[in-house]
Amino acid sequence: MSPAKIKPVQVPELVTTLPALGPTTKLQLPKEAEATLPNGLTVIAIRRPSVPLVEVRLRIPFGKAHPARAAMLAQTLLSGTDTMSSVEIAAELQTVGGGLSAGVDPDRLILSGNGLVGGLERILELLGEVLTAARYPAEEVATERARLVDHIQVAQSQPQHVARTALLKRIYGRHPYANQLPEPEQVKAIRPAQLRALHSERVRPAGATLVLVGDITPAKAIDTAEQILGGWAIGGDVPATKWAVPAVPSLVPGALMVVDRPESVQSSLRMALPAVPRTHPDHAALMIANLIFGGYFSSRWVENIREDKGYTYGPHSAIEHLVAGSSLTVAADVATEVTGPAMLETLYELGRIASLPPAEDELEQARQYALGSLRLGVATQAGLAGLATTYAGSGLRLNHLAEHSARLAAVTRDEVFAAASTYLAPARAVTVVLGDASRIEAPLAALTPIEKAQP
Amino acid sequence: MERVTLANGLRVVLAPDRSAPVVGVAVVYDVGIRSEPEGRTGFAHLFEHLMFQGSANLEKLAHFRHVQGSGGTFNGSTHLDYTDYFEVLPSNALERALFLEADRMRGPRLTEENLRNQVDVVKEEIRVNVLNQPYGAFPWLSLPPVMFDTFPNAHDGYGSFTDLESATVADAADFFERYYANGNAVLSVAGDFDVAEATALIERHFGSVPARPAPVRPSFDEPDLTAERRRSYTDRLAPLPAVAAAWRVPDPITDFAGYLPYVVLAEVLTDGDASRLVERLVLKDRSVTSVGGYLGFMGEPFEVRDPTALLLQAHLPPGGDTDKLLRSIDEELDRLAEDGLAPGELARTQARMATHLLRDTDAVLSRTLRMAVLEQQRGEPELLNQLPVLLGDVTEEQIRAAAATLRPQRRATVEVIPGAAR
Repeated sequence: MSPAKIKPVQVPELVTTLPALGPTTKLQLPKEAEATLPNGLTVIAIRRPSVPLVEVRLRIPFGKAHPARAAMLAQTLLSGTDTMSSVEIAAELQTVGGGLSAGVDPDRLILSGNGLVGGLERILELLGEVLTAARYPAEEVATERARLVDHIQVAQSQPQHVARTALLKRIYGRHPYANQLPEPEQVKAIRPAQLRALHSERVRPAGATLVLVGDITPAKAIDTAEQILGGWAIGGDVPATKWAVPAVPSLVPGALMVVDRPESVQSSLRMALPAVPRTHPDHAALMIANLIFGGYFSSRWVENIREDKGYTYGPHSAIEHLVAGSSLTVAADVATEVTGPAMLETLYELGRIASLPPAEDELEQARQYALGSLRLGVATQAGLAGLATTYAGSGLRLNHLAEHSARLAAVTRDEVFAAASTYLAPARAVTVVLGDASRIEAPLAALTPIEKAQP
Repeated sequence: MERVTLANGLRVVLAPDRSAPVVGVAVVYDVGIRSEPEGRTGFAHLFEHLMFQGSANLEKLAHFRHVQGSGGTFNGSTHLDYTDYFEVLPSNALERALFLEADRMRGPRLTEENLRNQVDVVKEEIRVNVLNQPYGAFPWLSLPPVMFDTFPNAHDGYGSFTDLESATVADAADFFERYYANGNAVLSVAGDFDVAEATALIERHFGSVPARPAPVRPSFDEPDLTAERRRSYTDRLAPLPAVAAAWRVPDPITDFAGYLPYVVLAEVLTDGDASRLVERLVLKDRSVTSVGGYLGFMGEPFEVRDPTALLLQAHLPPGGDTDKLLRSIDEELDRLAEDGLAPGELARTQARMATHLLRDTDAVLSRTLRMAVLEQQRGEPELLNQLPVLLGDVTEEQIRAAAATLRPQRRATVEVIPGAAR
């Protein structure tokens, strides 16, 4: 057999240098519409027709609510209404490919859901049913109370939760934000009547925002929402100021607090630093400074304590925004035996960024990452719904995305340095370390004054 | 959806979608936890880390900086039957991502220093996710050794510290040589690009990777269980009991039609308050605080090969009775097998599953990854768009028949005894 004639394959030349980026595409904001209904509910509808689905988010201001009652309200809101059981609500939602869940934090109660876009009307009807007729049946409340107690107990066995709880206490002291998950004993004391009272007082359309994102026509979706939720009663005439959360206290730096977790194979390092809200003139510069320090993988801190020294797996720092104030948190879980050295490097990197201006290429890399992340974040229906809801909680709309992008694009090295000196200075940090105190106290005490948490 | 095979054997799948200015790029290698050699537990995952430590034209840290400095994100993950590497970026960075993936496909920089560094990082990963965490290994690492007997299926995929510490650069070079051939890989690109332009860029960057064929993948099959197996262990950090049970299911690749009813069954049993086991165990009996059901030990029904299983897992209240719970599950399975479904029950479960699948598809990353694995394991990336229909075609009879196979004598169960009970 003679060999067949084949066309010689052209092997392309080896490319050894990084290709340039193509031209940047302009940030395109999706089509949206907004209306505030006579009962005070604001509806924002955003079109993203990528898949035949709709995302639903209802954000209800819930500041200053009793933490255990609020947590139980979220846990039992979908447990039954005057005419439907929890199973019937779930089954009806499923029928249109839908689902709903409720959650709560110190600022808001949120109902989240999604479903096939053809089921939007039905999902809103069921949402309306729950909002106006949830009845907190005694049996279901008892079941959910026991479940929540068990969930809290599991959370309390997780080092991430214990470390965060200790840090929140140090940051917020007696401020309502200090307790973000109630104690089991508080939950056990909750009765259905308290939930009905809390619902009637706080689950109100005034100040609430409904966000709808998906394969929808925004104006039509708003009409649908108005028809179905326009009758959600206004409720009592309580001024919104009654529930306004007071501004968060300034951070008070002090000794590093060690929380004992005997035989822990890792130490959980947690720090809080001051930060500013999204609308503050320093925000864009602080965001870049945080990225350069530890806010993304290609940051100094991650490259140092993970990629150079192998002390940890997933260190990260982030700016967290709540309605009454913002903070910057720094977190790493490190092997017990390197707790001291990991803290040394953390203090070094904070000190370095607070004392020296960043290099131009570090700034550009962080800037590109910040700008790109904004685009990736809104490339899905769920991402858009989440961002629009979060923004609404700060009184902002999607156009803030464009304004924020423009600020990030313009931030200078001097501005980043100034922000880092102000907000990332290690002298301003509040620090908590959870770990095996018998093994980590001495190495930490060699670096900074420490105190032991009261058990 | 477009498919291309380069002259060197690299398979490529392309799915353009211009609705948002982002692209996803993934390279999936046909090697995973099941392929690692004895004495080298955790090696597939450790090697995944080494793929980020530099390559022919890229220093250590360069990969991260170039992706993120283009506005993108990246990661990789190791599964039972494959290992993936991916980026999601603004679409003007597509060529960069292709360059980065092609450079490491030609050869990562395997150095002693990087290996020792990443062994330390992986140990911290295991500590944070398993050793320092209640329920850390439950059930994905603790159930396979109960159900399976052979090393590939039964061993700890995160790896023992002893095995990780004894790994050498030579082991890594061998592993790369054997499994990271372009003939063993699929490249997938989804999102905002033009097919002709992207194909030319792929040719430009991957066309020069020397052709290397895929190794022959052995069968990892094992006989089904004929007698119930149970094991329990104390988790010193766990405050409450937990239990997981699993039954073998048909081959997901060669018997997809036989496999799909189990995927739907898991949802009928556990998706939300209107599902069988949530209604019975959580709301009525209060014998569990949560229950979940899924296919595949890593919860990846369409990205796993044979042998695999349907799993149910539950957390119990303090003092919860595992035996009683398993009896209740058996009762519910019997009831389903004998009495069938309620009117509308199957259709609403399928409608919810369609939402979940479409929602996954909306995210460019999950589209990119699923498409790559479907091409690799089945040669059918277009299955991505057909899954809602195929799941919708599953009948009540098939669900009943599937439920009837989940008998106690075919079941493997692992129980967590709380060591931190108050």
